[in-house]
Amino acid sequence: MEGQDRVSGVPALSVQGLTKRFAQRVAFQDVSFEVGTGEVFGFLGPNGAGKTTMVRTLGTLITPTSGTAVIAGIPLTAENGVEIRRRISIMPESPGLYLRLSVAENLECFAELYETPRPRERIGRALRAVNLTDRANDICGTLSKGLRQRVALARAVLSDPEVLFLDEPTAGLDPVATRDVHDLIDQLRERGVTVFLTTHRLEEAERLCDRVAILNTTLRTVGRPDELRDRLFARRITVRTLAPLSDPFQVFGGLPAVDDWHEDSAGVYVLTVSDPTIAAPAATRALVAADAAVLSVSESHRSLEDVYLELIDSDEARRA
Amino acid sequence: MTLSIRRVRAMFRKELREFRRNKPVVIAMAILPLIFLIQPLVVVFGLPADASSRLSREHLLLYLLGVPALVPALIAAYAVVGEREQGTLEPVLTTPVRREEILLGKALAALVPSAAVAYAVYAFFVAALLLFANPAVASALLQWQPILAQIVFTPLLATWSIWIGMGISAKTNDIRVSQQLALLASLPTVIATSLVAFDVIHPTLGLALGLGAALLLLDTVGWRIVAPLFDREALIIGTR
Repeated sequence: MEGQDRVSGVPALSVQGLTKRFAQRVAFQDVSFEVGTGEVFGFLGPNGAGKTTMVRTLGTLITPTSGTAVIAGIPLTAENGVEIRRRISIMPESPGLYLRLSVAENLECFAELYETPRPRERIGRALRAVNLTDRANDICGTLSKGLRQRVALARAVLSDPEVLFLDEPTAGLDPVATRDVHDLIDQLRERGVTVFLTTHRLEEAERLCDRVAILNTTLRTVGRPDELRDRLFARRITVRTLAPLSDPFQVFGGLPAVDDWHEDSAGVYVLTVSDPTIAAPAATRALVAADAAVLSVSESHRSLEDVYLELIDSDEARRA
Repeated sequence: MTLSIRRVRAMFRKELREFRRNKPVVIAMAILPLIFLIQPLVVVFGLPADASSRLSREHLLLYLLGVPALVPALIAAYAVVGEREQGTLEPVLTTPVRREEILLGKALAALVPSAAVAYAVYAFFVAALLLFANPAVASALLQWQPILAQIVFTPLLATWSIWIGMGISAKTNDIRVSQQLALLASLPTVIATSLVAFDVIHPTLGLALGLGAALLLLDTVGWRIVAPLFDREALIIGTR
C-alpha cells in the first residue's frame, strides 16, 4: 500500500496502557497503540468515548492517571511538557480564535508563542496553505465558520509540527470547506507530517487515514480500514440474474472458495467466500454453463461505517 | 526554569490589542477613573481659601490611589475567564508557553494601561487644581509627599490588584462574577488609602516605608502564589 511505504517504522506516537480517570468516571482505559512517523492515523469513537481527552493527554494538557506514552520521541512527563508541545500542534474542535484580532494578528501571536524563526515567512506560508492570503487583515469575528476553521488550521501548521493533532477538523463544515480541509491533510501527508485525526465522519477516516483506531473508553480495534473489514466480516459476492435460477443448488453447490450461499431476493444470490479471486470466476463459469442471464457478479464491499457500527453496537449490547 | 521574553511579549501584545478593541474593558477603564476624578474636583473647586489650613493636614490626593487599586483588578479579572468563555484558552495552552509566561504577559498588559490611566488622572487632577482651584487650596493640597506617594504606590497597588484579579479569574467560570469578586477583593485597599487620605490613619514616613515594603513583598511573591492556579488541566477541565 502506498501509504504504508511512506510511513516510517519509527513511531511518532507510542502509547502503552494509558488510562485517564476523572474521580469515578473513566475517560479511557488501558489504551495501547503506535502511530508511525508520517502516518495519518484516524481515531474514531462515539461521543464521550474519550477521543478529545486522549488528544489533550497526548498534548500534555491533561495528566494521565496511569500508563506511558512517547510523543515525537519524548516521554510524556510533566517535566517534558514544554519540549513535547514544541514538537506538536493541536487543533481543538472549536477554532478558539481571538475574534477581535485580525487573521494575521492571531497567527503572529502563535508564531511568537512557538518562537518560530522567520515568523512573517511562516505566516505567509500557512495562509497560502489554507488559501487565506487575501483575508490576512480581516478581523476573525467577521469570518464564516468555515473560514475560521481554516485559520485554525493555518495556526496549527504554523510551527511545522512533527505530530499534528486534529480534533474533529471538519465538524460543522460545508462540503466545499470539508474538501479544502481534506486537501490540506493530503498535503501534510505528502510532507511527511504525522497526523492524528479524531473524527465522527467515517467516510473521511476511510478516505484520509492509513490506519484507524476505534475507541469506546477501551480501544476496540486498530488497523487499516480494509484489514478491519476483513477481520470483522466474511467476504461476499453478490450475483444478479435477469430471472431466478431454476436450480441454484446445482450452480453454487460445491464451487471452490464458496463457503455458503443464500438467495437474498428474486434473482439476487449472496455467496460467502474465502477468496473472491477464486470464487468469482468459478461462479461466473457455473452461471454460463447453466445458461443463466447474468446481470452482474460483484464483490460486496463493507464500509468502515459497518465495522464501526458493528463494534459499537456490540459494546452497547454487552452493556445492556 | 528560564522564561522566554519573546513568549511573554507575545502574550502582552495580544492582550493589549484585545483590550483596545474590547468595549466593555475600555468603558470600565474609563468610568472608574472618571468617578474618582469628577467627585473630588467638584468638592475642591467649591472650597474657599480658609479651608486650606485644614486641607494642609489631610492628604486628599491619596484618595486617587483608588484608581490603581480598582482598574487593574477589573482588567485582570477578565484575563483568564474571558479567554475560557471565548474558547481561546485551550489553543494557547497547547503551545510551549509556560504558565509563568502567560501570567507575566497578562499581568504586564493589565499593569501598563491601568498605571498609565492612574498617572493621567492624577496629572489631570493636579493641572485642574493649578488652573481652576483657589490658589490657597491648590497650594495646601499640592504637597510633595502625596505626589511622591502617588508615583511610588501606583505600580505597587496596581500589581497587587492584578494578582488578586488573576487569581480570581483563574478560579471562576463567569466574567461578571470574576469582576465583581475582584472589585470586592480590592475594596480593603481602597478603604485603607481613603483612611490615610482623610487622616483617619495619620501618614508618616515610617508608615509609608512599611506599607511600600509590604506591598513590594506581596507583589514579588504574588505571581508565585498565582502561577500554580494556572494549571493546564484545571484550566481546561474546569476542576476547582
